[in-house]
Amino acid sequence: MNDQRPWWRPDGFLLYAIIYLTFIYLPVLFLPLFSFNSSKYIAFPLKSFTLKWYHQMVNSPSMLEALLNSVKVGLIVAIVSTILGLLAAKALTRYRLPGRGSVISFIMIPLVIPEIILAISLLILISQLDIPLSLWTVGFSHSLLCTPFAMLVLISRMEGFDNSLEEAALDLGENGWMTFWRVTFPIVLPGIVASLLLTFTISFDEFVLAFFLSSTDATLPIYIWSSLRFPTKIPAVLALGSSIFVISFFVVSFAEWLRRRGIKLESTSGI
Amino acid sequence: MDKSIISFSKVSKRFGTVTAVDQASFDISQGEFFSLLGPSGCGKTTLLRIVAGFETPTEGEILIDGQPMSATPPNKRPVNMVFQNYAIFPHLDVRGNIAFGMRKSGLTKTDLNKRIDEVLELIKLPGYGSRGSNELSGGQRQRVALARALIKQPKVLLLDEPLGALDKKLREQMQIELRQLQQQLGITFLFVTHDQEEALTLSDRIAVMSEGEVIEIATPAELYESPSSRFVADFIGSMNFFEGEVVDSKARNTTVTSELLGTIVASEVEQEFSSGTPVWIAIRPEKLQPQFESPENQAGYLEGRMGPSAYLGDRSHFYVHIDHRDEPVLVALQNLERSLGGISRPNQPVWLTWSPDALVVLSRN
Repeated sequence: MNDQRPWWRPDGFLLYAIIYLTFIYLPVLFLPLFSFNSSKYIAFPLKSFTLKWYHQMVNSPSMLEALLNSVKVGLIVAIVSTILGLLAAKALTRYRLPGRGSVISFIMIPLVIPEIILAISLLILISQLDIPLSLWTVGFSHSLLCTPFAMLVLISRMEGFDNSLEEAALDLGENGWMTFWRVTFPIVLPGIVASLLLTFTISFDEFVLAFFLSSTDATLPIYIWSSLRFPTKIPAVLALGSSIFVISFFVVSFAEWLRRRGIKLESTSGI
Repeated sequence: MDKSIISFSKVSKRFGTVTAVDQASFDISQGEFFSLLGPSGCGKTTLLRIVAGFETPTEGEILIDGQPMSATPPNKRPVNMVFQNYAIFPHLDVRGNIAFGMRKSGLTKTDLNKRIDEVLELIKLPGYGSRGSNELSGGQRQRVALARALIKQPKVLLLDEPLGALDKKLREQMQIELRQLQQQLGITFLFVTHDQEEALTLSDRIAVMSEGEVIEIATPAELYESPSSRFVADFIGSMNFFEGEVVDSKARNTTVTSELLGTIVASEVEQEFSSGTPVWIAIRPEKLQPQFESPENQAGYLEGRMGPSAYLGDRSHFYVHIDHRDEPVLVALQNLERSLGGISRPNQPVWLTWSPDALVVLSRN
């Protein structure tokens, strides 16, 4: 078999992969493209290069506040749902739980309930309980939504976890806490990082629940949605979108780098 | 007897209504290669895990080097374990795995690295320190698991079927290496296996277990040549059993009578029986000699017809049908010559003879 194909004659799968990736990423690339375009209309042809939309973005307190709100909610949701997911995943993978299957499907239900239904029922519940709408209610609903995702990610990571690894650490003289820290945590860490990133992202761009359950404090998706009515605000939104895109690219790369470095450090130091 | 390093006193372990270990009481001597042998589910692994501290005995006490262990957690016990699946830490390389237990050793980094290199030399993996755990073969993982435990210089090394996952050739090689390592280091090994051949090859002494009970503790030769019960005789190697009754028993010579064998004498019998005791008369397949002419002056023999045979390379198994006996008698012959085809004609009459010291007499009660 000749595996070496000349680059100008790609096979079908490669072609498919290229088309697929273009389809996914081309629209995203319009975002930075138009954010540097001096026209306030989002249309070709491009006019000239400008940074004024970035300037406008930085000088828009309501936009920055919405961003900050989203980040705050996202962080808390990521931490809460990852902890809950970790506990559930540990219980479901380590112990023989009676009715394991039904417990899993019961916890997974929020995944399949249409968000709008979830939003309405939560709104009814929260107003019945006389709890004022705030970022807290948004965070609560997002945690509800994100926990199953965290669980799925962590179950798949912990499914193959070999209990004898923890026993081996105990046997080699470590106590329970150090066993967790030196064995369990590093092995499950990629799952925890993946879960934190996933749940943060879900919360960060979630619209329906945030729309129903927030009060005057808007999250970013709600702010963006409301900006669409004012064409002058749109280029700044594009600038913000581009910035988030770049930042998240670096955050994910950094997380991955940190994870690999962490693994390497432990092994070469020997201890 | 040498100094005892592990002492079990009436150790029992129950899981709900299941008794995994029942009243185990025995001692293991310093420097001994001691095996726990039994079919799966006999409690041998539970007993090992009790020594390691992963299971608490329901009753009884274990002393390691004279110290009672019931209040000592696994991380404080002077024993280390090689796990069945090796439990190599996947996020650490070979050096990291071996150094894992040395965090509190107080060695400087240079000394520790020297120690690791020595241990790597010992397990014949020099220069493997920076290999990732996923770059190791089954045999190498096994060695790393061994090194990780040995660097701690335990008083007893616990091994939970460590060779089970290896292929036959590698297993045999590792058996020899384990034995050499044990003699070289002088550390007591407590070895769990269900493979009777492995236990015979490696051990100084073997404890045969069944359904939670320790049936017999003896050297490999004693277990094989003069087992003390039908279970042990049957579990270790193959054995042909005949029902019989004791006629007379004195000075290591026991006369027994049996419907198929007639009245015969078994020599070198340690136990004394009163006459009339119902017994099993047992004989190993390789201790039966087939011949194809009726023996004239032989005290006891068995007459039968050749049945199916199995060629096993180094030896052959023949099944001999005996009248009035459902089960064929198994005969094992070393394949000293290239072909034994001539003697395995089906239904050929055959006479089986034995020497009196080949017979084992076991009480049937």
